[in-house]
Order: sequence, then structure tokens, then C-alpha cells
Amino acid sequence: MGAELTRHVKRNLVAYIALLPMAVVVIFAYLGTMAWSVRLSFSSSKLLPRNDFVGIAQYLTLFDTPRWLTSLGNLVIIAFFFLLICFVLGTLLAIFIDQNVRAESLFRTVFLYPYAMSFVVAGLIWQWILNPDLGIQHTMHGLGFSGFVLDWVVNSKMVLYAIILATVWHGSGLVMALILAGLRGVDTEIWRATRIDGIPTWRVYLSIVLPMLRPMIITSLVLLSISIVKMYDVVVAMTNGGPGTASEVPAKFIMDNLFERANIGLATAASTVMLVTVLLVMAPVIYSQYFRKSGRAS
Amino acid sequence: MSSVSLQNLEISYGNVAIVKNLDLTIQDGEFLVLLGPSGCGKSTLLSAIGGLADVSGGRILFNDKDVTWTDPKDRGIGMVFQSYALYPTMSVERNLSFGLRIAGIDRAIIEKKVKWASELLQIDHLLDRKPSALSGGQRQRVAIGRALVRDADIFLFDEPLSNLDAKLRAELRLEIKKLHKTLKSTMIYVTHDQIEALTLADRIAVMKDGLIQQLDTPLNVYNKPANEFVGSFLGSPAMNKVKGELVAEGDRLFFADGAFRLDVSRYPFAQKIESGRKVVLGLRPEHILPARGETQAIEGKVSLIEPMGSSILAWSIFDGISLSHLVGQDDGCEADRTFPVTIDIQKASFFDVDTGWRL
Amino acid sequence: MPQAKSATKRPLTYQEVWGRVGIYAFLGVLALFFLLPLYVMLVTSFKSMDEIRLGLIFSLPQQFSIDAWIKAWTSACTGLECTGLRVGFGNSVKILVPSVIFSILLGAINGYALSFWKVKGANVLFACLLLGSFVPYQVFIYPLVRFYAQTGIYGSLSAIVLTHIIFGMPVMTLLFRNYYSGLPVELFKAARIDGAGFWRIFISIILPMSVPIAIVAVIMQVTAIWNDFLLGLVFAGRENLPMTVQLNNIVNTTTGERAYNVNMAATVLTSLVPLTVYLVSGRWFVRGIASGAVKG
Ligand SMILES: Nc1ncnc2c1ncn2[C@@H]1O[C@H](COP(=O)(O)OP(=O)(O)OP(=O)(O)O)[C@@H](O)[C@H]1O
Ligand SMILES: [Mg+2]
Repeated sequence: MGAELTRHVKRNLVAYIALLPMAVVVIFAYLGTMAWSVRLSFSSSKLLPRNDFVGIAQYLTLFDTPRWLTSLGNLVIIAFFFLLICFVLGTLLAIFIDQNVRAESLFRTVFLYPYAMSFVVAGLIWQWILNPDLGIQHTMHGLGFSGFVLDWVVNSKMVLYAIILATVWHGSGLVMALILAGLRGVDTEIWRATRIDGIPTWRVYLSIVLPMLRPMIITSLVLLSISIVKMYDVVVAMTNGGPGTASEVPAKFIMDNLFERANIGLATAASTVMLVTVLLVMAPVIYSQYFRKSGRAS
Repeated sequence: MSSVSLQNLEISYGNVAIVKNLDLTIQDGEFLVLLGPSGCGKSTLLSAIGGLADVSGGRILFNDKDVTWTDPKDRGIGMVFQSYALYPTMSVERNLSFGLRIAGIDRAIIEKKVKWASELLQIDHLLDRKPSALSGGQRQRVAIGRALVRDADIFLFDEPLSNLDAKLRAELRLEIKKLHKTLKSTMIYVTHDQIEALTLADRIAVMKDGLIQQLDTPLNVYNKPANEFVGSFLGSPAMNKVKGELVAEGDRLFFADGAFRLDVSRYPFAQKIESGRKVVLGLRPEHILPARGETQAIEGKVSLIEPMGSSILAWSIFDGISLSHLVGQDDGCEADRTFPVTIDIQKASFFDVDTGWRL
Repeated sequence: MPQAKSATKRPLTYQEVWGRVGIYAFLGVLALFFLLPLYVMLVTSFKSMDEIRLGLIFSLPQQFSIDAWIKAWTSACTGLECTGLRVGFGNSVKILVPSVIFSILLGAINGYALSFWKVKGANVLFACLLLGSFVPYQVFIYPLVRFYAQTGIYGSLSAIVLTHIIFGMPVMTLLFRNYYSGLPVELFKAARIDGAGFWRIFISIILPMSVPIAIVAVIMQVTAIWNDFLLGLVFAGRENLPMTVQLNNIVNTTTGERAYNVNMAATVLTSLVPLTVYLVSGRWFVRGIASGAVKG
């Protein structure tokens, strides 16, 4: 066994060396940092990392911190509406564009361009449009509708929906593009078969075509979910968490505690919570998407 | 049961007319095969009959009823596609029943129909599987089954066997023929495989460039091709074609090309032929037979032989003209030797040099 | 024969006509919604502050002026410094070029080694890498900061480039791995029989065939790195803050009256690079999104 292994390594030595950078990155930059983050979450670290062990004290503090709880709640609301609206809107756009419309490429370009822009830009621009003193409300007042109110960015009840609006604007083109690509890949004979069977168009999409696009749908949902969990830039640019803490999100909570409030223990506890959540949700998806039917049989 | 009648049909994509001025009547219960080279418009024509392609001129009648603009689902047709077009996310059972469910048909009736079709096609043990878990032949049966459960009067097949291997093809060919015997429905079957056409059809319509070249029984299409194209499109190994001249000498008629001369007096010309007419002689290899001491035998020098299993295809030169002909394994035909043959001129074909039509 | 055609053109039913109208109405309204922000940014950036104060944000500029653009580029203030966005632009380019080149090169090498060579444990490493790409950056950031501080590169160009290489690795590796596993393995075997080694095969055979996927990779990385905010903010250091961070500083830290025209000009300027990439690359952009996440 040992000799065989040595022979194998020798034969493929260069390949081992070539993969060394990847190994280093995975082991140190990904696994190592994760492990250390988790380790710090069990310490009393404040401004500087400490090597003591305080059990789950940081976690208890964390879930006793209103700002963290607000952040979590906000993320859940944003994620739910963002995923739902992006998916429905993107799918509808794709289906409508697929109806043999003129100027198809123009529509495609228009619906996807926000995705090419940074979240900072998306946050800033919607902040302006929704700003009562500048944007839509100001315009309506100028046109004589003085009772018109659209103050989402400064109204702590509505600010989350302002963020959802900006992110939906940014992300639904992605769903549109992926689903449209999928629709184009559907065998035209399937469509003909449904016409012979006399199945109404909406039913064909719902019962036959969309189920066929499952991989595309999963892909777009995964991509959107990642972006929503990482969501930081758009909030910083749009509301900076305000008004008050009404639009705080976990990613921002962690950043603030790391760099402004010098509370490393609490920040790493929060990031560990996110890490565990993401891993629990994503591991099965990754497994089924990338490994089950993938790769070359070697 | 339905007859199909196409009147003056024209189908275009944009400004390009794919099918032009086509007239065709298919009898009730007939098995008609549309045969033609790739791109000649067979699928287009079939789609138009099924209502999947808009026609730009003419009419389509089913049983004397104009269905030119009728919705596909209301035409009483079942269609089987080349790529099967099974709904990939549904089980075989769902695939068979989906159209019926949409039509709001009673559960019990649906079940009965699915049972009947799946037993007929021997796919009843596969009902719970997804199409991706089926072999090519099984998928094809499901596709046929989906057409069957619709109670169609007319079945349209678009190259249903072209994705299968040769053995499976022969098997399913037979089953489709049996199916036709059982159901007695009208069937229109598109293929570019001449064996399929010859074995299945009551009548064959040979198409080229959107035009029907000949519409006749398989035997007639094979033995009396209406023009040069049909003659050379059917038959494997391919028909020999020789350009030449017809020369009358007394009461006899000869075909001549250079030194090559052949007595063709016994050929049943459809019209009066004047001496000196330029023609193309079409000769199938199996109609040039090894001579058994006949007087009219001609001798050729064998240049090449291709063993084909049961027989041998030989290429010989007869007075400067190269012809392929079939010989038996025991006929002693060898390359670079001379070999005597007789030509069965009654089974030959003559075509006009310019128009290509049969004389 | 167009006349004959139209003579028997299938008559559209009322339903179908209204269906078409509905489709275009739906798409048209949404297209306006999607274009609205871009329109507002453009018109506002060409207005003067007086006009913005008095007029409406959606109206066209009465007096067309590019002053705001010049100010945004050369003299807009971030806190005390008033050097405009061009500094951030320069920084972004300095970050972008090496990050894109190295991350793509590494991704190609990884993908090649993963799909053609047998390396024990490589698939486990790759799985970890992929899983890592789903984890929020916040988990890695603090340990990385400490690591950079210890090696003395914290807050330097090297730190931010290295960070982009690290976080670009999962998707780049995935992209190339999937592309390479679609290439015929016979190609690789033939080269082995011809006696070519790891690097020879990579450089002479695989790389020349990688042009299409490399284009996709460039599009993805340029857009992603240019649009990055968080990593630039944390790792680049004061001297190298990328354009996105500078933009946010210009817009959100000004004191006194907000110069909306300058802010919007700055925003458009910041979006110019990814927008150009997007408009020029067209369908390749979509291909990048799709192949970055699905196999094949
Ligand atoms: N959607 C389309 N738009 C324009 N031209 C088309 C379209 N579909 C088919 N054609 C053209 O119409 C002609 C006939 O096509 P059709 O599919 O009927 O051929 P076919 O006889 O079925 O060939 P095959 O045996 O290869 O299936 C071809 O020249 C083809 O290029
Ligand atoms: Mg066809």
C-alpha cells in the first residue's frame, strides 16, 4: 500500500505541486480562519483576541442583544420577500420575453443591467428616488399632490421594503436571464406535443416547462441567497442601518462589532451563527448540484 | 376514421415557400409514407396537417371538413415526434394521461385507456418510471402510447424510429405495422429511410423540394419510378444511370451510347418514341443478371467486387460503360475477368434527358 | 408570394390581440421601472444645484451642464480630502488588474489539475472551497486581518489583491473545472502518449482551448472585483481605497448641503466600467452567471 501510494504521488508529482496554492488557500484562508473565528467566539476577546475560554457566554450575550435580534428578523423578512419577488418577477419576465416579442434583446439588456452594477450604486440610487425631499414624493408634491407620502427610507416601518425594492431591482434580472436561457433550451417538439395534447400555455409552463428548469431555478435561488446573506454594501449605502436600528442586518452587525465597537468575541459568535446556518442549508444543495452527477468517471 | 385531403397547399417560412401547390388525398385507414431527402419539407407538411405550422395558402380537409385553422387538439390527431418529446419530469403514466386530464376526462376512463395503450405497447411495467430511466425503444413506445390514448382518427409520425439502432428499428417497424392492422386508423408517416417506406406503406409519396414527385404503391414506386430522382432515391445499391440515344433499326429499337448497344424493343414505352431521342437509361443492379447461356448475353470486364453478404455487387465495364450488377456468391465472378450478363429490359426505366420524367 | 400569404393569414382572435397588448404592456412598464434609476442619475448629473432644488428629479435638465461630472471626477470631497473620484478609479484599476490575472490563472490551473489529473484528496479540497464560497465574508475577515497585520501587509495593495484571489478562487476553479471536464479526455491521453508533461499539456493544449471560458472568467472577475465594497473597505488601506468605497464616502460623509448632481455623476462614473463590460459582452455575461453555478 505505502509503496503504491508513493509511486502514485511520484507519477503525478507536478499535479500535486500545482494544486498546492489551492490547498494552502483552503486549509489556511478558509478552514483555518473559520476555525479561529469559531474559537474566538468562545473567548472573552474585546479589542484584541484573547485565548481564554468563557463557554457560550458570548452566544448568550448575543441573543440578548436587541440589535442582533433585529438584524436577524430583518434578514428573514428581506430574504423572504427578496427571494419570492425576484423569483416570480424574473420568471414572469423570462416567460413574457419568450413570447416571440420584438426588441427582445433590448428588453433583456434593460432587465439585467442592474445586476452588473455594484450594490453600493443600487443602494444610493434608490435612496435618492425614495428620499421624500428629492425623489418621488417631492415630485408628486411639485405636481400638486401635496398629500402624497412615500417616505420608505426614513420610515422605520417601511425601510426594509425600500431595501427589498433596491435589491429586487438589482437581482431579478439574474433570474430572468437564467430562466430564459433554460426556456430556450426546451425542445421545440415538447411544445408541439403539448399543442397536440391541447394543454393551455400557462399549464405547460407550470406543469412541464418550469419543472424541467429545476436546475436553473435552484441555481438562481442559490445565487440570490448568497447575495442576501452577504448583504452589507446596499444597507450601508442606503440607510446605514437606520433609521435607528430599523434596517440593521447581521453582516453589518458583525462588521460594526469587529471594527467600531471592538467586541471581537461577540462579532465572532455572530459570524459563527451565520456560518452554521449557511452550512446547514447549503451542504445538501452543493452536494446534489455539484457532486452527485458530476465529474468524469476516473 | 378519417380521410385527409390537402388542396393546393402552400407553406412558407417568411418569404421562402417550403411546400408549393401540393395536392394530396389520403384514404380513410390508409398508411401513407412521406419519403424524401433531408430538408425537403416532410416535417413541415406533417406539422401543417397537425396544425402546428400555419399554412400560407390552400386548404386542409379531414373527412371533407375544412380544418385549415382548427386548433391541433381539436383535429383528432395523435402525433409521434422524432425526439419523442416526452415530458421529462413526469412519469410514464402521467405522460400518457396528461392530455386527457387537462381535457377533464373521467378518471376511470383515463385509467382504462392508459391500461389499454400500455398493454398494447408492452410498457405496462414501466408506468412509474421517468422517461430518463427508459431505453430508446421504450421511450418510443411511450411516445406512441401518448398518441394512442387520445383516440385519434389520424396518426402522424415524424421519423419516429430514426434515433434507434438498426435492430430495434426493424422490431418497432413491425409493431407499427401491426398497430395499423389493429387500429385501422389513417396513418401518415414521415421518413427518409426507404426500407421503412417500402415495408410500411400502402402508398408512398416521394417528395423533393416541397413537391410530390410520385404517389403510388411501394412496388410501383420501386419498379416504375416516375422520374430520375425517384429512381435513384430508392434502391440500395443504387440504380445505374446511362445517358444515351434511342435508335430505331427496322422494327427494333436500340439504346446506344458510343460502342455500347442494347436491344430495348421489349420495353413498354408509354408513348411513341422517335429515333434519335436522347434518354437516360436507369438499370437496377438486380436487373442485370448473370447469363446462363442466353443468346443476348453481353460480356463485361469486372473491375471491382464488393461482397455484401448474401450477394456480391460487381462493377463491370461493358463497351466503355461501367455498370454495377448483383451476382451470387457461386457465380464465379472475379475482378479482372470477363463476366457475361443479361439485362432484363422490361424492368429497366427510361427517362427524358431534359425533364427527367419517365418515358 | 406575399399577397397570397396575407390572404390566408390566420385571423388573430380578440383574445390573441389582447394577449399581445398585455405582453408588451407588462414588459414596457417593467422596462421603465428598471430604467428609472439610470434615467434619474443621468438627468440629475447634468443639472445645476439650483435647478435640482427648485425643479423635479424626473424632469430633463433645462441647462445642460457637465460641471458636476468634472467636480465628481476631480474635486469631490471625501471628508477632508477633495481629490475627486479619479483617485479611487486609479486604485480600482491597480487592484483590478493583478487580481483578475492571478485569480484566473490559478483557477485555470486548479480546474485543469482537478479534471485531468488524479490527485488524492483534491475533490475534498474542492468541496471545501465550494462550501467556503457560500460562507459570508464576515467569518473570514477578522482572522485574515490579523494574519495580514502579522505579516506586515495589512492595508496594502498586496493584501487586497491576495484577498480577491482567495475569494475568487472557488468560482474560478469551478468555472474552469466544469469547462475542462467537457473537453474530450482523449485529447489529454494523446498528449500523454506523446510524452507531454503537466505544464506542457496545460500550456500547449489546454490553454489555447480555454479562450471562450477565459473571456467569461474575465467578465465575471472584472465585474465582481470592480463592484466589491466590503473587501476594499477592510483590506485595501487608506491609500488604496477602491472607487466604490470612495463613492460611498463622497455621498454619505459630506457635510452641509448635499450636491446631488455631483453625487449622481459620481455614481454613474463608478458604474461605467461594469456597465461597459456588460453592454459589450452581451450574452457572454449571462453565460458567466450560468456557468459559474451550474455544471455544464
Ligand atoms: N423555422 C424555420 N424557419 C425557416 N426555415 C425553416 C424552418 N424550419 C424548417 N425550415 C426549412 O424548411 C425546409 C424543410 O424543413 P423540414 O423540417 O420540413 O425538412 P424535412 O424534410 O423534415 O427534413 P429532415 O428529414 O431533415 O427532418 C428546410 O429547408 C428547412 O431549412
Ligand atoms: Mg423532419
